[in-house]
Order: sequence, then C-alpha cells, then structure tokens
Amino acid sequence: MSPDPAGAPLLSVRGLHKSFGTNHVLRGVDLDVQPGSVTVLIGPSGSGKTTVLRALNALEVPESGVVRVGEVTVDYATRPDARRLARLRAQSGMVFQGHHLFPHMSVLRNVTAGPELVQKRPRAEVEAEARVLLAQVGLTDKADQHPFELSGGQQQRVGIARALAIKPRLMLFDEPTSSLDPELVGEVLQVLKQLASEGWTMVVVTHEIRFAQQVADQVLFLDGGVVLESGPPGHVLAHPRHERTQQFLRRILDPL
Amino acid sequence: MPAGTGELVGNAIGPLLQGLILGTIPLTAISFVLGIVLALLLALMRLSGVRALAVTARTYVSLVRGTPLLVQLFIIFYGLPSLGLTIDPFPSAVIAFTLNVGGYASEVVRAAILAVPRGQWEAASTVGMGYTTTLRRVVLPQATRVAVPPLSNTLISLVKDTSLASTILVTELLRKAQELAAPTYEFFTLYTVAAGYYWVVCLVLSFSQTRLERRFDRYVAA
Repeated sequence: MSPDPAGAPLLSVRGLHKSFGTNHVLRGVDLDVQPGSVTVLIGPSGSGKTTVLRALNALEVPESGVVRVGEVTVDYATRPDARRLARLRAQSGMVFQGHHLFPHMSVLRNVTAGPELVQKRPRAEVEAEARVLLAQVGLTDKADQHPFELSGGQQQRVGIARALAIKPRLMLFDEPTSSLDPELVGEVLQVLKQLASEGWTMVVVTHEIRFAQQVADQVLFLDGGVVLESGPPGHVLAHPRHERTQQFLRRILDPL
Repeated sequence: MPAGTGELVGNAIGPLLQGLILGTIPLTAISFVLGIVLALLLALMRLSGVRALAVTARTYVSLVRGTPLLVQLFIIFYGLPSLGLTIDPFPSAVIAFTLNVGGYASEVVRAAILAVPRGQWEAASTVGMGYTTTLRRVVLPQATRVAVPPLSNTLISLVKDTSLASTILVTELLRKAQELAAPTYEFFTLYTVAAGYYWVVCLVLSFSQTRLERRFDRYVAA
C-alpha cells in the first residue's frame, strides 16, 4: 500500500516543541502520514518518540506545534481548551505499552466502554460490534473474562479492540510489545500487521525493527527531540545515512 | 439491691436495644453516608489543581482534625444558639459527625484516588471519557477497593464516637444506659451491657468489611 504523495495526508504535524522542566524533549518535530499508511517511530530512549505519539492525541500537551488529523486541527501554541483537545483525541485510538485495561470490567465491557458510556449508543448494537472486534483480535471466547485472567498478549489485544471500538481514523501504538514476554510479541504484531493490511492508518512507536521492515511505509528515526532521518524502511533501516541511526540500529539488532 | 444482676440485665436489654436501633445506628448511618459525600467533595477539591479549592479543603481538614469532636459538638449544640441558631439534639449530632467524618475520610478518599494508576485516567480519556465519567466509571470503582479498609476504620470509630452525642441529649445507646442507671445506681451492669452492644455492632461491621474486601479483590490477580 504505497501512499499517494500527491494526496492530502490524514495526519500532519508541524513544529512540535515540548519541555519537561528544563528538559527540552521535542525540538521541532514535523510529520506527515498518508491515509492507509503505516508510520513507525524509532529512536533511543529519551529521543522523544513516545512524546510525539502522545502529542497526537493530546495526552501530552506541547508548548507549541500544530497537529491536524482529518478536519480537526489543534494549534498547541494557542492553549486550546479541553473540548478542542477532546475532539482531537476522538480521531485516534490509542494502544498503550502497559495496556491500561479497566481491571474491574469484563473484556467485553472494556471494549464497549467508549461507545456505550461516551457515545451513548445502544448496548445491543455496541456489544455486537465489540464481539466482531474481539473476533478480529482472536479473543472471541474471552469476552466475559476479566483482564487479570488473560495473558499479556491477550490483554494487549483487548487494548487494541478497545481502541478500535471508538471508530477512530488513526491508530496509535506506544511500544505495544515492549512489556510482553518474548513469546507473546508475535501474536500482537500479527494483529498489527492484519490491521495494516486492512488499510488502517497507523503510527507505531516500537523497537521491533523486523516489523518496521515488513509493514512500515515510512520510518522516522528520532534523536534528541528531532526527526534525524525519515523515509521508506528500505532507506532508513537498510541504508541509514546518519551515523546516529547506524549506531542505534547496530545496537538494537546486535546488542552484544 | 432488690433486683438481682440477671434480672437487671434482662430489664435493660430491651430499652438499650431501643437506644441502639433508634439512636446510635441511624446517627452513625446518616452521618457516615453524608460524611463520605463530603469527603469525596473535599478530596476532589484538593486534587483539582485549583489553588483556592485546594487551600479551602486543606484548611477545613486541618480545623476538623485539630479540634476535639466533643468541642465541635458543643459549638454546634450549645454555641450556635447564642448566634440565634438553635438546632435540635439529633440533627446537631448528625451535623457534627458528618463534618468530622468528612474531614478524616477526605484524606482516605484522596489517597485512594491517587492509588489508581495515571494510565487509567489516560486510557479513559482516549476512549472519550470526560472527567465525571472517568471518575464514576473507572477511577472510583477502583479507588473504593483501596478505601474499604481505612473507611471501615472510620466507620467503626464513628459507631463509638456517637456515644459523645449523649452529652447533647441525644437518646442514643449510652444516654439510655445513663437514664436507666440513674435511679438504680447499677452503673457497672448497664454500662457493661451498653459496651457489649457497641462491641457487637463493631464485630458485625468488621465481618462485613472482610466480605466486602473479598468482593472487591475478585478482579485482581492474586
């Protein structure tokens, strides 16, 4: 699925700046994501990749920068109010590193929470949709269980179904496999691959270089709060131009 | 003494039970429920990030915790009339205990809310929930689990603290015992029976606390 370079991007980001105290973590990040494409953000810890992702749905509020998803534009420099941030947030589904499922709700309720409690849609309709989503992530038989009864990989897949349930235009993944046991990583990446092949627009922060090689349309390497290098995986991952990118990839691919 | 101890206890059981059921229990229940509502309000004020609200809540908690409950009762019942505000004994006691429970429990509620991981707030916001929905559907159900043991402490203390209401003429368990003991001078017997009643109530509450904790632990891995 090669993005049409002439088409309007679904997501565009200009000039993100964010500091935590004296730590200037984002120093002007730009990013365009074509509809139906997969963007992978890589970079060393502290490079700002998670902060970029979180700024896309206002979980992190940068000091300045413009984020546009579809028709919703937020200019952070104008101190947008909570309503505006909520509108931006509604455009994207978020999958967290630590899943953050609601522990007191069944798997099904986790998935229906957004559509039922917020969008106030009828329960029967929402439940039917949720069961379809659970089937999609391979958890048909877990609907009535609670998160603590599931494995890490299953929990993460419920997290994906929960994010899909609000019918976002964009799916955001913040290191979705980083806190999983190695043997559970595959089942989650499989779901991501499947979503990509269904045409979902995705932005993924990950250290899974092989996943990026296979699935990404573009890869961004962040370092020190800026995008140091970006392009198709064949360039950035296979033939990185920057010394820092080369170093990073070597360390990830061959930690010893 | 004309009456034997057994007969005396037998005669006291009924009236004291009346004091418990008509005085102590409603006083405790009403004050506790209202107190928890006040505590939640105070906790949310402190967590609001709005300075004026946080300072107001802190000052309130400081005043309630820094002055004796008995003095608070006296101010409401004996003090307010001189400002032209006279309140009957029972509502006076409800007000004093509510304000007191609110102050103490607000710290418990605040800690319980803070014990819910930040990720829960974030996850709720990403599926579109606002502050109130997140609080009601996601945070408070989880905070309740954390708050049950310390709030049980507050409730059990309150059961016994209601005996202070006897000093402002509320006909609760201790006052009933006083009234029955006065003409007979059987203080030891009557106060011991009263103590027994308090103990039984507290036992029942402790038992309920254990059941409740087990219920809330259902959804947490062992």
